[in-house]
Amino acid sequence: MAADGHGHSPIEQFEIKELLPINIFGIDASLTNSGAYMLVALGLIFGFLYFSTGGRSLVPTRLQSISELIYEFVANTVRENVGNQGMQFFPLVFSLFIFVLVLNLLGMIPIPGITFTVTSHIAITASLAILVISIVVLYGLYKHGLGFFKIFVPSGVPLALYPLLIPIEIISFISRPISLSVRLFANMLAGHIALKIFAGFIGVLLGAGVWAILAPLPLLLTVALTALEVLVAVLQAYVFAVLTCIYLSDAVHGSH
Amino acid sequence: MAEKSPDTTGADAGHDIAPQDAHPTAAAGSHDVQTSTAEHGDTPGGSFTPFNSETFAPQLVWLVLTFTVLYVLMSRLVLPRIGEIIDERRERIQRDLDTAERLKADTDKAIANYEKAFADARGNAGSIARETREKLDAKVAQRQAAADADNAANIAAAEKSIQETRSKALANVDNIATDVAGAVIKQLIDTDVSASDIRAALPNRAS
Repeated sequence: MAADGHGHSPIEQFEIKELLPINIFGIDASLTNSGAYMLVALGLIFGFLYFSTGGRSLVPTRLQSISELIYEFVANTVRENVGNQGMQFFPLVFSLFIFVLVLNLLGMIPIPGITFTVTSHIAITASLAILVISIVVLYGLYKHGLGFFKIFVPSGVPLALYPLLIPIEIISFISRPISLSVRLFANMLAGHIALKIFAGFIGVLLGAGVWAILAPLPLLLTVALTALEVLVAVLQAYVFAVLTCIYLSDAVHGSH
Repeated sequence: MAEKSPDTTGADAGHDIAPQDAHPTAAAGSHDVQTSTAEHGDTPGGSFTPFNSETFAPQLVWLVLTFTVLYVLMSRLVLPRIGEIIDERRERIQRDLDTAERLKADTDKAIANYEKAFADARGNAGSIARETREKLDAKVAQRQAAADADNAANIAAAEKSIQETRSKALANVDNIATDVAGAVIKQLIDTDVSASDIRAALPNRAS
């Protein structure tokens, strides 16, 4: 294992592998490991939430408690950040949160040669971010009309500063989808690369004769990093949901 | 991640562009691994996998598909159900709390009633005791008065009888003294003196 292990590039785990070639009207819609992981995530999420709440127990079973806990957690996040008018976006925020969370966590389950983290691809995170920002803009325009663009005009600021502040506000608005997507993508990517590198050290050291006695060190570090990565996986899903809520709050409440 | 089966990984990676079986079991040599790494990891052309635009289309197609299905399932089926469960529980708890509050109010009322009845009973008991005591006191006083009157009458009668007895006794003493005086005079001077004279001569003791 040692000799082969370090031969792998730490970014090989992000490889998109085609499982089933599909082509619809010239669009490459092949089922890849990424798509398969998303299908698995969809199945797990729906299966768990649906069947754990099947009993509709007044006194919840353990699994039902978990579902209710996640529900209440996301609902409270939406309520705190957007207010009660924001509850119409609750299904969206919930779907985003649970989707990102499960995909992040699935990426933490090591299955040799198969493990793949969907959210470590910018295409995925950027799409989700664009979805969020599109909804913010469209709903903002629908609700406030052109007045929605007042969010670019800071209130209580001297007129003379407008030429300076309005471009800054616009840039900060445009950078939202970028920061939203890059944050998640980079966290997942960097975390998994770091894990792979340290895990690779174990192999390298084991194959290095007397230095093999040092092999437990990167092992311990890998264990610690794994725990950290699980935390990051959950945290990033939460951050994604919270930021979505904050952006939605702009659309719901208009200029601040 | 900890990829414990690098051979399989290598095989997969090596064929990733060409349509292939999902999990080739044939072990690929290390040469294959090198090739794949060179192709998809380090090529200067900038095909660092997450930025390789060739892979975007299949990812996005499946993202749209799965996320749409997820959203529909969540918003139509799962979330309303969980929301209902939670609301139902909240209502039930509220109802139970209301009931508990009502029962508590009832209990408080019952306790107040009981305490009032208790105080009343105590008041009644006090007044009954007082009345009884007064009644008894009056009776005692009455009896005492009667007894006192009785005693006074008895004492008066007794005193009267003592007085009478004493007068009688004293009268007898006079008679005896008269007799004795008559006899003494007869002996001394041999003269009969009438009893009434003697009695007149004697100091009147019997008055």
